[in-house]
Amino acid sequence: MSFRARSRAALADAALQKALANVPPGFVAKRARAVAAWADFESVRKTAAAHKRAVLADLETHLARFTERAEAAGARVHRAANAGRARAVITGILRRAGARAVVKGKSMVSEEIDLTAALEEAGFAVTETDLGEYIIQLRHERPSHIIAPAVHLSREQIAADFLNAHDDLPPDRDMADNAALVEEARAVLRQRFCAADAGIIGANALIAETGTTMLVTNEGNGDLCANLPRLLIVIASIEKLVVDFAGAANLIRLLARSATGQEISVYTSFFTGVRRDDEAGGPEEMHIVLLDNGRRALLGTPFSDMLACIRCGACLNHCPVFQAVGGHAYGDVYPGPMGLALQPALKPAALEDGIIEGCTMCGRCAEVCPMLIPLPDLIRQHRFRAHEKGYGARAVRGGLRLWAWLAARPAAYRLATRLGGWLLRRFPMLARARGRKLPAPAGAPFMVRRRS
Amino acid sequence: MSSRLDTPRRVGLLVTCLMDAMRPAAAFATVRLLEAAGFTVDVPRAQTCCGQPGYNGADEQTARALARRVMEMFADHEAVIVPSGSCAGMLIHHYPKLCAPGTAEHAAAALAAKTSELCAFLHRHDVQPLEKRWRGGKVVWHDSCASLRESSTAEAARAVLGKIDGLDLMEAAEAESCCGFGGLFAVKLPELSLELADRKIAALMATGADIVCGPDPGCLLHLESRIRARDLPLRVMHVAELLAGEAPS
Ligand code: SF4
Repeated sequence: MSFRARSRAALADAALQKALANVPPGFVAKRARAVAAWADFESVRKTAAAHKRAVLADLETHLARFTERAEAAGARVHRAANAGRARAVITGILRRAGARAVVKGKSMVSEEIDLTAALEEAGFAVTETDLGEYIIQLRHERPSHIIAPAVHLSREQIAADFLNAHDDLPPDRDMADNAALVEEARAVLRQRFCAADAGIIGANALIAETGTTMLVTNEGNGDLCANLPRLLIVIASIEKLVVDFAGAANLIRLLARSATGQEISVYTSFFTGVRRDDEAGGPEEMHIVLLDNGRRALLGTPFSDMLACIRCGACLNHCPVFQAVGGHAYGDVYPGPMGLALQPALKPAALEDGIIEGCTMCGRCAEVCPMLIPLPDLIRQHRFRAHEKGYGARAVRGGLRLWAWLAARPAAYRLATRLGGWLLRRFPMLARARGRKLPAPAGAPFMVRRRS
Repeated sequence: MSSRLDTPRRVGLLVTCLMDAMRPAAAFATVRLLEAAGFTVDVPRAQTCCGQPGYNGADEQTARALARRVMEMFADHEAVIVPSGSCAGMLIHHYPKLCAPGTAEHAAAALAAKTSELCAFLHRHDVQPLEKRWRGGKVVWHDSCASLRESSTAEAARAVLGKIDGLDLMEAAEAESCCGFGGLFAVKLPELSLELADRKIAALMATGADIVCGPDPGCLLHLESRIRARDLPLRVMHVAELLAGEAPS
């Protein structure tokens, strides 16, 4: 199915449209208030964006430093070149530790490598513990948003899923408000946390200076995944590196405001190595899996800018196309402007199904991106490449060729615009097409009449 | 505001392809406004299109070739005026990106430096509207995305329109979101484009306006074609037409 077909289906989906209507008053308005209330937004944004680009310019050095420090603190660091390798590494760690029940925090990288499905296939019992992720796990769906995985669902749909899944609870229980749903999920998840052999979490930053991984959540589920089971696995992509805590602090300040309009997320946690002798909690065994999956190949290309992305979701929330169709229409893990820019960079096959057309070039994403990523420019680069490869509808390509030919020949061009206007005036039915009615121009083109 | 001294007397006009073919009245209005303010308006004969359809729609080669043409045709002008936010943005921000170092980057930078969107130019040179007293109905303003983000039009347009007595420009909700035109976007993803147009039209009409006015012929044509198909009581005017005292169409 093409992007066009999927977006058409999304527009026709009333439940989805109702859920998506919450995006502008929620995310957009809240971010606007948070940014307006923070005088340092522009300067921190510049500092953070420059910090990230400097790290990317010397990625191997920082990776080596991170690895050395993390291992000194008792963690083991694994490099995974691609998704298959990352899945194999993680499965191997869990098997060797004799783990069976796994609790998992929210991680887009784990979605990228399809981790949960692979682990379930290998016989592990995996529970997503972020509320949104838990809901879509029950529904066997993919997240539709990088920070709000279940944003495409209404409360009624979620209540129905809970009734279905939690069949040991009384079916006539009260599920009328959000609080009741959260309470129910919390009770179910608490049992899973306590019974888990291993926790898997993502990372919002990897701090090279100390070998620390940083995680922000609003639910605290990541901390329970990390601290209750004896085995902890952190999965992160290599570009999450920052030099030091100051670099991480700037990301925290930008991330929460850009994502949800909070000044800071409810939980911000730092994990450095395994439990030390004098500590009451924490994992006895910690592994950090660093995923490449096409990222290093982007260094030195225009798309390396995407390696500065902190997955705040602001570009999705402000995108007119995302607001209209939601995340699933993009057909892959990363939706919205950041998805359009990243997905085809990581896998060129993504150029073919037309997602890169899902952009009006309005520029609002770049305006809000805390990391100053020129998203429309990157999307346009993909379009150039797709055009060179000959993708796209034949009629549109033909039209572009004709336009190019005419635009280079003013005399022929005048004739064409003149004829076009005349046809529209003479045969009004030509003006009606696909839900539009073009106004006929009042008189011949300006450039024709200006001559006299 | 600049003094008379650094005011160019002869200006070049890039009329833009959509205005040329679909809205010639707005082009004549642009010329009248500028001439009334004492400028000599030169319209290079060789102009066709600034290259945006190719640039945003995939064909980099053609976009670059057209950029070269425009750069040459305005090489000798002191100032270039573009009555369209997105075409002005194309000359100011995107031509330089199309000209890699060692190609025509100096010509691109020179053109960018002397190009203005119409409202930005009128505001900078304190040009007075020809329309002195507005009696034409309630007007809501539609910023185009490019005029908000690329051509410094938004404030200038409001300031220039503010000089017309009795014109109470209304602002719509969600004014910063795109109307769904996007050039070839409207051709390649027509359903999405119409949906975004309908959302925009709903926001514009919620103000109770009779007329929507804006600086970008592309957005206006897109909205008008939808307004007409749905037979809605909202008329469309380019900002040049309003400033020059044209009747709404
Ligand atoms: S591209 Fe920018 S706005 Fe979008 S998710 Fe990444 S950091 Fe946030």
